[in-house]
Amino acid sequence: MVGLLIGCAILALFPLFSVFLYVCQQGLPGLHVNFFTSLPKPVGEVGGGMANAVLGSLILITLASLIGIPVGIATGVYLSEYGKTKLSMILRFCTELLAGVPSIIIGIFAYSLFVIPMGRFSSYAGGAALAVIMIPTVARTTEELLKLVPVHIREAGLALGISRWKVTLIIVLRGSLSGIMTGVMLGLARVTGETAPLLFTALGSQYWPRSLDQPIASLPVQIYTYAISPFEEWHQQAWTGALVLVLFVFILNLTTRMILKRHAPAKD
Amino acid sequence: MRREAHLGDRIFYLLLNGVALSVLMLLGAIAWQLIHLSLPAIHKFGFGFFSSTNWDPVQEVFGAGPVIFGTLVSSGLALLIAAPISVGVALFLNELAPRRLAEAVGFLVEMLAAIPSVVYGLWGIFVLAPFLRITVEPWLSGHFGWLPLFRGAPYGVGMLAAALILAMMITPTIAAICKEVFRAVPQSQREAARALGATKWETMRLAVLESSHSGILGAVILGLARALGETMAVTMVIGNRAEIAASLFAPGQTMASVIANEYAEASGDLHLSALAFVGLALFAVSFAINSVARILVWRLNRNRGRDF
Repeated sequence: MVGLLIGCAILALFPLFSVFLYVCQQGLPGLHVNFFTSLPKPVGEVGGGMANAVLGSLILITLASLIGIPVGIATGVYLSEYGKTKLSMILRFCTELLAGVPSIIIGIFAYSLFVIPMGRFSSYAGGAALAVIMIPTVARTTEELLKLVPVHIREAGLALGISRWKVTLIIVLRGSLSGIMTGVMLGLARVTGETAPLLFTALGSQYWPRSLDQPIASLPVQIYTYAISPFEEWHQQAWTGALVLVLFVFILNLTTRMILKRHAPAKD
Repeated sequence: MRREAHLGDRIFYLLLNGVALSVLMLLGAIAWQLIHLSLPAIHKFGFGFFSSTNWDPVQEVFGAGPVIFGTLVSSGLALLIAAPISVGVALFLNELAPRRLAEAVGFLVEMLAAIPSVVYGLWGIFVLAPFLRITVEPWLSGHFGWLPLFRGAPYGVGMLAAALILAMMITPTIAAICKEVFRAVPQSQREAARALGATKWETMRLAVLESSHSGILGAVILGLARALGETMAVTMVIGNRAEIAASLFAPGQTMASVIANEYAEASGDLHLSALAFVGLALFAVSFAINSVARILVWRLNRNRGRDF
């Protein structure tokens, strides 16, 4: 029986490892400075990079963060500091449900809000979709980590005659800045690789981003487009793009872990 | 001074409350927009939409039968593969492995689970599909070809590839929740079993698994919810043909993949509307499944809290 359980662990880990190894092995040869500095070349020409897609992804993530981070943090603070009422129980449940909505559905939502009225695909639509996806992740992490702040610290503040909102802002939030950073980074990691909601909101492009109301390239969508294309050079680029994406997500997750480890309440 | 502080508190509370309520409104707005977009398709096809098996954008005839079939088969098969393996992994990590090893493996699984779905899809196209085409599918049809499941040309991409990649992607999710559930089983239960002379395996079965049924069910349901909505990896390996075929080697289409594949290039308003209708159904299903799973896990925690 023990062997069976070990077998399960190996069976589960093996394919996951295989993905990682292939991404490294296939992606590394194409990882030049060029990848980050030049535009995609037409099929048949050697070289070229995904500079526009990297920049596009950064723009989309920035747009998403502008809405997603403040709303997420505020929701998290509300759930942690005023979280005992019936309404907040419902809200907590809704946050969970929002986290469970398939991201492609959020794409349709952003399409209906931005693409239909504006008559074209745009960075705004893509950013909005990513923002919605980001909110529940940021909110849940913020809530969890604010709850780690001991109640007596809040009470100490209140006992000094400081009003509650100042206690929340100055003592609770300041005291758990690292917790909030964690939430933000998990949110960023979550949306960095999102592809489905961008397919018909930001669409994609082969050029530098020019204006926010135009279609914009992004790394995940570019990887998808290149992967399903029939061209060998593009497949190579797709692997390199995947490597960059994976490294970025790993760095975000690792940093989060390090912050959490440093600030976690001491065990044992 | 006191009144001022009071006012500050009120403003702060209202502000936070307003923002938090926007999450609720967001869910409502998503549902509203989906219904609004699907209205033309609802008027045209009614509920027959879900039983009709013809999805033909050229003729402007849309029935969701094939994509519902594809979703059920790929997710169901993925669950059949992933659920036992995940429970095994969770048992191994929680009950057997030394703490150091368990932490290291848990860390690895968590990192690998964070790899974006499009990267899994890329791997699926260039590694999994050729492997299935050259090795697995010929072997299956050679030995089990008498079953209609394993007949037909081995394309590599198709329902089997989609199910396998889904199984890979939901295993970390299910295993992580199961691990939490097992960890919540009081140590005294294990000790009681051991004291009665149970072996290591019997202890796991009687003390841990027996009292974790609803938790495991919740984990599996959350895995199902994840599988139903998974889009990119499936789109890249399922073959994208809206047909109902008996063979697992045949290409298919799921609710999520048909939207990803056709929405940006949808030819007419009716096509867009039909896709939104599929989206609405997917939204409703994942809403219901997530609710059930959350309530299960929540009730479990509450009961445990009362008993101990």
